[in-house]
Amino acid sequence: MSGFAAYLVFFLIVALTYSIVTMGLNLQWGYTGLFNAGVVGFFAIGAYGTAVLVGPDRAQLIGGFGLPFPVAVIGGMVLAALAALIVGLATLRLREEYLAIATFGIAISIQLVALNFEALTGGAQGLVGLPRPLFELFGSPGAYNMFYLCFVAVIAILVYVALEVAVRSPWGRMLKAVREDETAARSLGKNPAAIRLQVFVLGCTLMGLAGGLYVGFIGYVSPLDFLPILTFQIWAMLIVGGSGNNLGAIVGAVGVWGLWTMSGLGISRLLPVAYQSQGGAIQVILIGLLIVLTLIFRPRGLIGETEAVSRHTR
Amino acid sequence: MDAGPLPDRAARGGAAGKLEIKNVEKRFGANRAVDGVSFTAEAGRITGLIGPNGAGKTTLFNAVAGEMPFDGGEVLLDGTRIDSLPPYKVFTRGLARTFQIPRPFPRMTVLENVMLVPPGQHGERFWNTWLRPGLVARQEREILEKARSIIEFCGLSPVERQLAGSISGGQQKLVELARALMADPKIVLLDEPGAGVNPALLDTIVDRIVELNKRGLTFLIIEHNMDFIMSLCDEIVVMATGKVIARGTPDSVISAPQVIEAYLGGAVE
Repeated sequence: MSGFAAYLVFFLIVALTYSIVTMGLNLQWGYTGLFNAGVVGFFAIGAYGTAVLVGPDRAQLIGGFGLPFPVAVIGGMVLAALAALIVGLATLRLREEYLAIATFGIAISIQLVALNFEALTGGAQGLVGLPRPLFELFGSPGAYNMFYLCFVAVIAILVYVALEVAVRSPWGRMLKAVREDETAARSLGKNPAAIRLQVFVLGCTLMGLAGGLYVGFIGYVSPLDFLPILTFQIWAMLIVGGSGNNLGAIVGAVGVWGLWTMSGLGISRLLPVAYQSQGGAIQVILIGLLIVLTLIFRPRGLIGETEAVSRHTR
Repeated sequence: MDAGPLPDRAARGGAAGKLEIKNVEKRFGANRAVDGVSFTAEAGRITGLIGPNGAGKTTLFNAVAGEMPFDGGEVLLDGTRIDSLPPYKVFTRGLARTFQIPRPFPRMTVLENVMLVPPGQHGERFWNTWLRPGLVARQEREILEKARSIIEFCGLSPVERQLAGSISGGQQKLVELARALMADPKIVLLDEPGAGVNPALLDTIVDRIVELNKRGLTFLIIEHNMDFIMSLCDEIVVMATGKVIARGTPDSVISAPQVIEAYLGGAVE
């Protein structure tokens, strides 16, 4: 495989992994109006959970269960769901920006735990040398990456289809009603508190799933992969792609991640070495610019939400 | 006129929806917004609740509907206590309410605003949409059919596919009525159904309320439009500064000195 094709495969694996996170956020924000600003925290729990469960036994480290990869990913999802349940019970009475502040802080706490709880997470070094699923079946890293791209793509499509079926139904109608007017929904026999908690846990479970897939691909886990900037990037993906639309979430993930990596590549090629470290700021500026332009010219995103949610009314 | 899927309790023998309000109190600090209010909205009747601004009418509605916890008293629906229930349970017991300022779900179509309502839909559990799609689809067809006939009854068919945020305020009030009807309530509490509605649409609203009442649906209505309330109501309750100051037939209430005083503020000797 040529260098470019290999790079494209690598890029798409990461972009599709993030698209699963974005679909989880879309469920929370796009459909239900939950301002989760701690996305990266649940992604991290899924990643670390999977890493601890799949990793080989090591001295001085808790875990190292050496479980099969699918079991470990499911374990990571369960851990993310449990964390979401606890966080949700504590914070979901908060509205809008207050929920955002609380979840943002929680995500930072999770990252700090990952950085400092060395016995479990390996601290700043992280956990390295994790087994990559079915790696031994493939002759070259290039062929393996092709396989992993197909694997992640299938999972992303499954998540997409499952979400589409679920939201184009009375369930999706109920989520939108909670998003639009909680008081009115409550006066019409719906229980918004229960709905918000359910959606928060479900969305965070998807973020945990993506974390597990990420670890399976890169084969290690490091606290540097779970900085708050990732939450910002995921939000950018959702806003640009189109909040309230699952296809928009995928398109936004690939598009924004494309802009991010391309601009990173451009900076490393074009900027003099002395300015490289400052150059990274250009990437953040570009994403910010993209969000502003989207909000001005296409406030509903590239693919906005459809007017009628239930497919049964057509 | 064919009742269709609309409630017709009169035909089924006997109206329900008797709402008893007993000594209900609601204080905001030192302000007694609702100060020991007692009255009964009889089943199958249209009861009007009037009074000057600040009398505590909407606060009483919010308390009865479970939206706002109150400080004392009891509320009974057909003899069963419904106070201390959250609003969504009050609703499923058969009490529906509309809001003074309409609260449609603005970025949902009129049709979906209405289809949302029936409680306990199979498709409200997301796993049913994966595991039992046939069941969900079948129920959706029933709900769609019912929603269509209620939308037609409320004169909203021309706008059923528009976003509820894009239709007129009067139409939004009709959307609220249509939503309430979807759950076959026993009693509907309307908070100023006529406010800000053009006269033609107001006639439609009055006409629909009369028709529904003939079919046995009980109403409790807050309204400032006197023509509206006088022509519609069987009984009127007048509130001022948190208390009931008069109740009776429209004619008797309108001429009661304490009512005139409450409205005009002047001393009537």
